[in-house]
Amino acid sequence: MIDEKTRSELAEIAARYPHKRSGLLPMLHLVQSAEGRITADGIRVCAEILEISEAEVSGVATFYTMYKRRAVGDYHVGVCTNTLCAVMGGDLIFQRLKDHLDVGNDETTEDGKITLEHVECNAACDYAPVMMVNWEFMDNQTPESAVELVDDLRAGKERHSTRGPKLVTWREAERVLAGFPDDLADEGPSAGPASLVGLAIARENDWKAPEA
Amino acid sequence: MTDVLTPVLTDNWDADRSWTLASYESRGGYGALKTALGKTPDDIITAVKDSGLRGRGGAGFPTGMKWSFIPQDNPNPKYLVVNADESEPGTCKDIPLMMASPHTLVEGVIISSYAIRANKAFIYVRGEVLHVIRRLQRAVQEAYLAGHLGQNIHGSGYDLDLVVHAGAGAYICGEETALLDSLEGRRGQPRLRPPFPAVAGLYASPTVINNVESIASVPSIIGNGAQWFSSMGTEKSKGFGIFSLSGHVAKPGQYEAPLGITLRKLIELAGGMRNGHQLKFWTPGGSSTPLLTAEHLDVPLDFEGVGEAGSMLGTRALQLFDETTCVVRAVLRWTEFYKHESCGKCTPCREGTWWLTQTLARLEKGQGSAEDLDLLLDQCDNILGRSFCALGDGATSPITSSIQYFREEYLAHLEQGGCPFDPAASAVFAREGANA
Repeated sequence: MIDEKTRSELAEIAARYPHKRSGLLPMLHLVQSAEGRITADGIRVCAEILEISEAEVSGVATFYTMYKRRAVGDYHVGVCTNTLCAVMGGDLIFQRLKDHLDVGNDETTEDGKITLEHVECNAACDYAPVMMVNWEFMDNQTPESAVELVDDLRAGKERHSTRGPKLVTWREAERVLAGFPDDLADEGPSAGPASLVGLAIARENDWKAPEA
Repeated sequence: MTDVLTPVLTDNWDADRSWTLASYESRGGYGALKTALGKTPDDIITAVKDSGLRGRGGAGFPTGMKWSFIPQDNPNPKYLVVNADESEPGTCKDIPLMMASPHTLVEGVIISSYAIRANKAFIYVRGEVLHVIRRLQRAVQEAYLAGHLGQNIHGSGYDLDLVVHAGAGAYICGEETALLDSLEGRRGQPRLRPPFPAVAGLYASPTVINNVESIASVPSIIGNGAQWFSSMGTEKSKGFGIFSLSGHVAKPGQYEAPLGITLRKLIELAGGMRNGHQLKFWTPGGSSTPLLTAEHLDVPLDFEGVGEAGSMLGTRALQLFDETTCVVRAVLRWTEFYKHESCGKCTPCREGTWWLTQTLARLEKGQGSAEDLDLLLDQCDNILGRSFCALGDGATSPITSSIQYFREEYLAHLEQGGCPFDPAASAVFAREGANA
């Protein structure tokens, strides 16, 4: 059930926009944070706040792949299997994880810890093969590192994104996507190593843009 | 003579805590904003026009001209929307930019909004990049506290509010009119044009939609001058851009260079292809741009040069594949992507991408017949130019170009009754010496 606090936060999201319906995508992220998935109650409350029909809200909720109708585990583990990552090893990683966790695509382990899904290009191709945990980058993976990662997460061990903070839970991540920051922006580096290779070469050669 | 690499947007990425306001301002950040507020909005538009900046999101439309299409006599509010939905396979430049230096984008948003006289701006960022969203949220908060955003910015009388808006997983929302529908809280489906967004965009009001890198380039143009910007690049493709190398190259990563650099030069900088392997095929600007091969290593990577070579510069997403890679496998996977991401609005794309996948999957398994290649080309012919937006067109690019350059490899699948390649050999963690 959507409680009063969540309801008022949903209304707060809608109020950020000149036309309140614009708040629907972040509102649905907040529903997932509060409920663990898109629920009928979440849809009803969004529809009430936005003064649109539940069918209209459902139509949006079913269009976008980040919205889930079934409960997601504490850690949503995405393996990029778009062409470049697939070729670089993503297919092998995904197969290994399916076998290791004994789940299929978009399924959750029995302990409710891990939901495994293959994902499309996540804009980190220079770190291929890439995995995402709760939409944090896990760069340059191998089948072995992927197995170790999910084992650690299931055992409750602390793991960090390769370019960010300690991994938070899926529901905590969804709250940030709804526009409620979690104060972790200062964690992690400015950039991963691949982002800096061209800059390092420019520095070595003293190459610069022209003077103004 | 301009240097081989020209870090501008990437120049502060190795600075300590580069994402913070303090770090950005210590290097002169928000100086261009002060300069801009001392000029008229029309002066800013003129400077961006004179610089020759063309859209960095793929299409290459002149940015200043886009801004000048905003009808200033329209009584509705004007909006600036930044397209930060970076999702084109292979494209990975905007995400590191927003992670390392979100203030470059925020400063660009303020100057650009001032130019088109918008008092409300949005950064529509894809939802699947949590830490990038954190950094953007923090940068916007810092900019408000410093008086760079909000009411009466630095006493200029100009007001601007900026909202960071997370999407929810849909490649189609990178298409600018689908992005607008999504930002209005609807399914992300493209709109019929005309009317163009400049006339009737967000909430049917005049709207400019620009890519992250385009907007992030604006502070440097205002700070250093249009002539400075246009002194880099080629005759019709001015300035610098981030070139993203990925795949079977020794040092994949981001290389910021004047437009017109060649792939040969970039691969040389990146330490060559991975040990003992040769380039087989590559995309110049993401999977929607037709494949090129080793014969195109000396093509100038600018809008005209890549166009003349039969492809498109796109987003400079250079995905490099060596001889261990099966082109049929690569193309099938991209096609499955387009099928998954087709929004379903128009029939040629919705049905066509489904049929393309069926035909390609059959070929990849070594089933079907040589006539299936003609069938594929016929299907592409019925999608290209007949779809509602560029997604359908893009879906045909890898197919037609791969049949053009690698017809024999398709036929080899039929002759051998399956794929002649070992997928393990193309993995980056493949044993040294493993081969196809």
